[in-house]
Amino acid sequence: MATPLTLKELSKQEEKFTPGHRLCAGCGAPIVAKMVLLATDYPVIAANATGCLEVSTCISDYTAWKIPWMHSAFENAAATISGVETMYRSLKKQGKITDEIKFIAFGGDGGTYDIGFQSLSGAMERGHDMIYICYDNGAYMNTGIQRSSATPFGADTTTCPVGTCNPGKLQKRKDLTKIIASHGVPYVAQCSPSHWGDFMKKVRKCHEIKGPKFLNVIAPCNRGWRTQTDDAIKMAKLAVETCYWPLFEIENGVTKITQRPREKKPLVDFLKPQGRFKHMFAPENEWMLKAAQEAVDEYWARLEKEEACFAPAAAEAPKAE
Amino acid sequence: MAKKVASTGNEAVANAMRIANPDVCGAYPITPATEIMQRFTSFVSNGKAKTEMVLAESEHSAMSACIGAAAAGGRVATATASQGLALMWEMLFIASGLRLPIVMGVANRALAAPLNIHGDHSDGMGARDCGWIHLYSENAQEAFDNMLMAFRIAEHMDIRLPVMVGLDGFITSHSIETMEYLDDETAAKFVGEYKAMKPLLDIKNPVSYGPLILTDMYMEYRKAHDEVMKKVPGVVLEIAAEYEKLTGRKYGLFETYRLEDAEIAVVVMSSAAGTTKDVVDAYRDKGVKVGLLKPRLFRPCPYEQLGAALKHCKAVAVMDRADCFGGSYGPLFQDIASALYTQPTKPVMINKIYGLGGRDYMPDQAEKTIDELIQIAKDGKVKSVKEYIGVRE
Repeated sequence: MATPLTLKELSKQEEKFTPGHRLCAGCGAPIVAKMVLLATDYPVIAANATGCLEVSTCISDYTAWKIPWMHSAFENAAATISGVETMYRSLKKQGKITDEIKFIAFGGDGGTYDIGFQSLSGAMERGHDMIYICYDNGAYMNTGIQRSSATPFGADTTTCPVGTCNPGKLQKRKDLTKIIASHGVPYVAQCSPSHWGDFMKKVRKCHEIKGPKFLNVIAPCNRGWRTQTDDAIKMAKLAVETCYWPLFEIENGVTKITQRPREKKPLVDFLKPQGRFKHMFAPENEWMLKAAQEAVDEYWARLEKEEACFAPAAAEAPKAE
Repeated sequence: MAKKVASTGNEAVANAMRIANPDVCGAYPITPATEIMQRFTSFVSNGKAKTEMVLAESEHSAMSACIGAAAAGGRVATATASQGLALMWEMLFIASGLRLPIVMGVANRALAAPLNIHGDHSDGMGARDCGWIHLYSENAQEAFDNMLMAFRIAEHMDIRLPVMVGLDGFITSHSIETMEYLDDETAAKFVGEYKAMKPLLDIKNPVSYGPLILTDMYMEYRKAHDEVMKKVPGVVLEIAAEYEKLTGRKYGLFETYRLEDAEIAVVVMSSAAGTTKDVVDAYRDKGVKVGLLKPRLFRPCPYEQLGAALKHCKAVAVMDRADCFGGSYGPLFQDIASALYTQPTKPVMINKIYGLGGRDYMPDQAEKTIDELIQIAKDGKVKSVKEYIGVRE
């Protein structure tokens, strides 16, 4: 029986991702790793792309991972875990292994949206039974807050620094969640550690679906976002409530918004506490706030339309029961 | 019983892989190694190998998947060439650094630019210092034998390092030659069962692969790698002796051909050694004391043994089918020169760069080189240490 997803029960679970790692105080990434493993009731093996989570959690001779864990390089966590999973299938077929083992790859947005994009696409297409989890903090935080294709429009980073001629990143984010969904994989979802029930349920769901799964999880970084150290969960929550980071899933092609904000907050509520967007509040950059809000509204409206496409089918389902 | 057949080098490599029956192969097509995996996947599709394939979207991912699979705990093999090996370059160091016994056939091919699909050793030389064991093959027979032995060397409990087996692109990979296959049963018995070492899939005993190791211990890991490399020649010879008992075919760290009493010698690797041996015979018939040395174990380089084998010569020509750009001598020349430097007597040495991008290596090139060695042995005068031969002027 799976552990019920209640705080009481989860608090009794042995942690497979343990304290003592060297991630920054207030980092969102270890919260993501911890929640994923807490939601995993199976024996599990993880591969980790080079990045914050990797360099800070396994510094020889210490590890925060109480599970078999592997890091090989930056751009290939998906390919690496696909090799591990394939060996598992091979040995299982030969009767040399009987355990039911699950396979997870963790990568940051740089290692997933950018340099690891090809490797991820290949693994998704090949259909390995795995979950790829991107902890998206919106920049190359490990190397010192450089712009990635996941960096939001307007953000000040160390490679698109705000200056007299440049108001921060001028391009919008790559919509990786939808790109992976376009691979026709059985399940993709966006998650947030602020909505842990939704997040952990999605992890659980992944474990029960055969094939490649992709979870894109927002992971606030107080160093890069220029926020208060203890604001990770608050910021993740604001990302959801402003619809900057909608929580949805696409299961077998069917889009569903899994957490609809009771009241859609203005995007500035999410932007204002972050130093990386400070310049957007200068009078001459008002257009940026407007453009950012419009992009969020457009995305959200489109998502609602996508969900509505499948709504009749969803509405019929309860009647059939 | 061994049977004589006509086979391409690629077919020989594919058959060695079928016999070794890897648990997983990660692969990506590239000329002239493509045929290895085409043939091998055909074995898989027809139940002749139990292998699960990872048909990756690039060589980088193919090697990454091999690395994941090998760490997971089973036999892993692949094949590549040229740009593919170059794209794997980052992962080659990780495979060896993690001490994963992956076996890879490499149909040696030129590197771009300019783009060229034909045989030379630029790819293998570019991966010279990646911590892998390198074996080079003269022909399809040697490619087959080396591949079988490569599994034993890689998976040896004292070694646990990846091995690449080179065969000349097109010249060996695609030419049909007469060779002997060892019967499947004997060959499979020789290769033996894979023994896992700290596998990731042992969920009851979790291990971490690929930790961060900084200034405190990194150098110790590098030294450990070097120490293991020192054990390789002994293991290579031990396995070769066992193989000889089965096949009658003798393999060393390198092959010497009419070298013992030679006054002059040519050092040449892979397929060009065959042509050169013919020319050596012709000169021997004329009374010229010329010999040949053909490196087989290129990495780790058996410097002492190479030096001891060549030190009695008056003049030695080292043939390189690759160049080290930057004004230096060819990669093989550098090794042979290093090997001889520590010897009490040293031949005069010259370096010929030949056969790049599949340019034919003809007997007259060997003849001219030997003529030059005869003159150097006589008067000690070297016109030019390094020279491109068989090149349009």
